[in-house]
Amino acid sequence: MKALFLISAGACAALTAQPALAQDFVIRGATVHTATAQGTLKNTDVLVRGGVIAAIGAAARGAAAATVVEAQGKELTPGLFGGLTDLGLEEVSAESQSVDSTLNLKSPAWGQQWRPEFEVSQAFNPRSTLVPVARIEGITWSVLAPASGDAIIGGQGAAVTLDGRFDAVLRGSGSLFVAMGSTGAALAGGTRAAEFMLLDQAIREARAQGPIGEGALLHGAGREVMARYLSGGRVVFQVDRAADILGVVGFARRNGMKAVIAGGSEAWVVAKELAQADVPVILDPLKDLPSDFDHLGASLDNAARLQRAGVRIAFSSGDSHNARLTRQLAGNAVAHGLPWESALAAITANPADIFGLGATRGRIAVGQVADLVLWNADPLEVSTLADQVWIAGRPVEMRSRQTELRDRYLDKVKTHQAF
Amino acid sequence: MGRLSRAGALVGACALGATLLVASPAMAAGPVRLGSAPAVPDGAHIVAAQGRWVTPGIIDIHSHLGVYASPATKGLDDGNEATSPNTANVWAEHSVWPQDPGFETALEGGVTTLQILPGSANLIGGRSVVVKNVAAVTYQAMKFPGAAYGLKMACGENPKRVYGEKNQAPSTRMGNVAGYRQAFADAQDYVQQWDKYRHDLADYQKKKTAAAGGAKKAKDKDAGEDKDLTAPIPPKRDLKLETLAEVLHGNIRVHMHCYRSDEMATMLDVADEFGFKIVAFHHAVEAYKIADLLAQKGVCAAMWADWWGFKMEAFDGIQENLPMVDYPDRSCAIVHSDSEDGIQRLNQEAAKAMAHGARVGLIVPPERAIRWLTLNPAKSLGLEDRIGTLQPGKAADLVIWNGNPFSVYALAEQVFIDGALRFDRDHPQVKPRSDFLLGQPGVGAPL
Repeated sequence: MKALFLISAGACAALTAQPALAQDFVIRGATVHTATAQGTLKNTDVLVRGGVIAAIGAAARGAAAATVVEAQGKELTPGLFGGLTDLGLEEVSAESQSVDSTLNLKSPAWGQQWRPEFEVSQAFNPRSTLVPVARIEGITWSVLAPASGDAIIGGQGAAVTLDGRFDAVLRGSGSLFVAMGSTGAALAGGTRAAEFMLLDQAIREARAQGPIGEGALLHGAGREVMARYLSGGRVVFQVDRAADILGVVGFARRNGMKAVIAGGSEAWVVAKELAQADVPVILDPLKDLPSDFDHLGASLDNAARLQRAGVRIAFSSGDSHNARLTRQLAGNAVAHGLPWESALAAITANPADIFGLGATRGRIAVGQVADLVLWNADPLEVSTLADQVWIAGRPVEMRSRQTELRDRYLDKVKTHQAF
Repeated sequence: MGRLSRAGALVGACALGATLLVASPAMAAGPVRLGSAPAVPDGAHIVAAQGRWVTPGIIDIHSHLGVYASPATKGLDDGNEATSPNTANVWAEHSVWPQDPGFETALEGGVTTLQILPGSANLIGGRSVVVKNVAAVTYQAMKFPGAAYGLKMACGENPKRVYGEKNQAPSTRMGNVAGYRQAFADAQDYVQQWDKYRHDLADYQKKKTAAAGGAKKAKDKDAGEDKDLTAPIPPKRDLKLETLAEVLHGNIRVHMHCYRSDEMATMLDVADEFGFKIVAFHHAVEAYKIADLLAQKGVCAAMWADWWGFKMEAFDGIQENLPMVDYPDRSCAIVHSDSEDGIQRLNQEAAKAMAHGARVGLIVPPERAIRWLTLNPAKSLGLEDRIGTLQPGKAADLVIWNGNPFSVYALAEQVFIDGALRFDRDHPQVKPRSDFLLGQPGVGAPL
C-alpha cells in the first residue's frame, strides 16, 4: 500500500536550485504525452534549445546538451492551461483594492457606456502570489478574462505566460468578452433579449461614420475596437442555456465574429450545431447541478458528449486561486466518459488553438515553446504532483508563498514543538 | 493495487478479500477475511464486490444543501438569517428544502450523512441538523434519529462585514468576541433563572406534599390550603437563550467557522471562560499553525484540501493542512465541503491532501486518510458509536467504489444507507430524483 506514496525526491532537488537561465537541455526517457496526433510516446527524449523544443525521439537521442534530466519513465506533458481567470489580476477576492478584473463605471442601465477598448491584461501583475502557486503545479499559461461589471461587454483580455516576465501577454490571443444569459440580462435592463438589442446597437455604432450621437454606447476608441472584432475577431460569450448558445452562434456568424462559448452548461444539447459551426466550448465539466434556470441541463456527460459530436472543448473552472485544479477537471471528465487523450488536449492543445496560440504552445512538438511539466505519475490523477515545470525552456523554481508557509510550520508539527 | 481481488474494508486497517454481513439496517459482522467469513444466512442478498473497494459512508459535517439549494433563486435562499448577529433561536431544519437536487448528486459521491448548518453571517447562526442522505418529502424523515443538534458559530470576517456594513456591532474582531461573550453571559443568567425556578418548584412541591400530609392528619383544618404556599412562576422561554443554555449543558455541540489560528485560540479561551466545548473548527485554513493545540484540546479541524485566497482570512491556506493537522497524537482532521460541488468528491479532496503530505514526508495511508471523511466527522457529531466505520452493530452505511476511492477515476457504484440500497450506478431506477427535476429537459439519454 505504501508503495503508491513513495516520494521521488531525486529529480526535483537537482533542478530547483537555479532559477531561470534558458539553457539547452534534454529530458531523457520520458513518457511523452504530446497532445498531438502522435499521442503518447514511451521512453522518449525531448531536446530543448533556446527555449524551444528542438527534437523529439531519435533525433533528440544523443544530442549534445549541457543538462540532462533523467525522467526514468515519468510522464511529460505540455504546460497546462489555467483557464479563464484573474491570475495576476487579483490577490484576495474579497479585498477590492487587490482586484483589477472588472470594469464597473456604475452607469445606470439607461445610460450605459460600453468600453470594449478596456484591456484587462494591462493590469497583469506577474509578481502576484497567485502566479507561483499555479505555476509550480504545471499551469504555464492562462487567459485573463475580464468579468462584466455594469455592461454585458466586459472588455478585452488575452493569454499570458506565467514565467514571471513583465511582458507576458501572448500575441494573437486577444479576445473580447461578453456576458450573455441571465448574467447578461441583469446588465441589460432585465431581459436576455435586450442583450442582442444592445449588441446590435453597438455594432451599428461601430460601423457608422461621423460624430458620436447622444446616448451612444461606444466612444471613438470603442468603435474602432468593436469594428475589429466584426472582421473575424475572437469573441468569448459567457452563456449556458442551449437556446442562448444557438442565439450567440447565429449572431456571431451574421456579424463576422469568431465565437467561443464559455460556460456551455447545456452545450451538449446543441453539440451538432456547434460542431457544424466550428464553435469551441470552454466548460467546467464538473458542473452538474441546476444552479439556476440557465443550467437545468447541466450534466457530468457534457464534455464527453461534445467531444463525440466533434466539438473542440477546453476546460476552465474560472477559479484563479485554484487554477491549478484544471487537471482535476480533466480527470473527472475521463471518469465520465471522455477519452484520456481528449481530456489532456482540453487543458493543453485545444485552449491553445482556441486562442490562436496552437502554432507555438499547447503541444510537445518540434518548434513549440518549451513549456513542459514532468509529473510523478499520471498527470490527470489527483494524487499526482509536478516534479518540475519549465516555461520557455527555463526551469521554474518550485516554490511559492504556500510552500514557504508549509516549510515554516512543518518542523514544528513534526517535532511536536509548542506553538 | 487496484487489480487485487478486494472487497476491502477501511476501518483503520485494510481487509483484503473480506466478507461483510449486513443485517439491515445495521452491520451484523465487521469485515472478515476469507476463511473466517461470517456464516451467511440462507436467502441473504449477496453483493459481489470482487476487485472493488468498500468504505464506510462518507460524512460531511459542513453542508448547506437544502438551505442554499439549487437552483440558487431568491425564493430558496434560506441559509443566513442575517438580521441579527445572534440568531441562536433559528434551526436550520426549518429552512431545509428536501427537494434540493444537490442531495442526490452528493449521494452519487458516497455521502450518507451530513450536517446542514446555517450560514456564517452571524456570530451565532443557529442550530444545525444532522440528516441521513435519504430522499424524502420532509426533513423530519431525513433526520438522523437521536443525533444531537449542533450550534453554528462564526469567527472573523463574515459577521464583522455583514453587520459593520449596516453600521452596527460587530464591525471588528473584538466586537465579535464581545458578542459571543455577552451571549453566553446572558445564557449563564438564563440557566441560573431556570435552576432557581426548578429549585423553587421542587421546594414548593415538597412543601405542598408536606402540607397535604399535614391536612390529612388534621381533618378539621381546610384541605391542605396554605396561604403562604404559591407555585413559582417559570421564566419565560427565550428561544435564543434556550439553545445557548443547552450548549452550556453539553447537549448541543458547537461547530465554529474559523479560519485563522489566532482566532481559534481566542475561541478556545472563550469556551473555557463559559465552560462549553467547541467540537470542531470549520474552514480551519490555518489549523496547521496550531495542530498541537487542537490535538491537546481534543478539537477537530474541518478543512478543504486547497481552497485559499478568496478573502483575507483564507490567504494562508496550504495544501498540507490536512496531513499536518492529522499528524499529532489524538488529532481529529476532517475533510469538509461547504459546497454542493465539493461534497460530490470528498474522496478526491482527501487524495490531494494525502499526496501533498507524502511529498513532505507526512505519509498518510488510505486506511487512515479515510477517517478524515468517516470516523473523524462522526466523532465531531458525537455519532462515532453509530457510524463512521465498518464494525458490527454500526449502521450499515456503505459505499462500494469501482476502484481505489483516492483516485480521480473512482466512482461510487453502490451506496447503502442503513442497509438499504439508495444508489446504484448501473440501475438508474435506484436513484432518487428531486421533484424539481421531473419534467425538466434533464440530461438526455445515457451515453
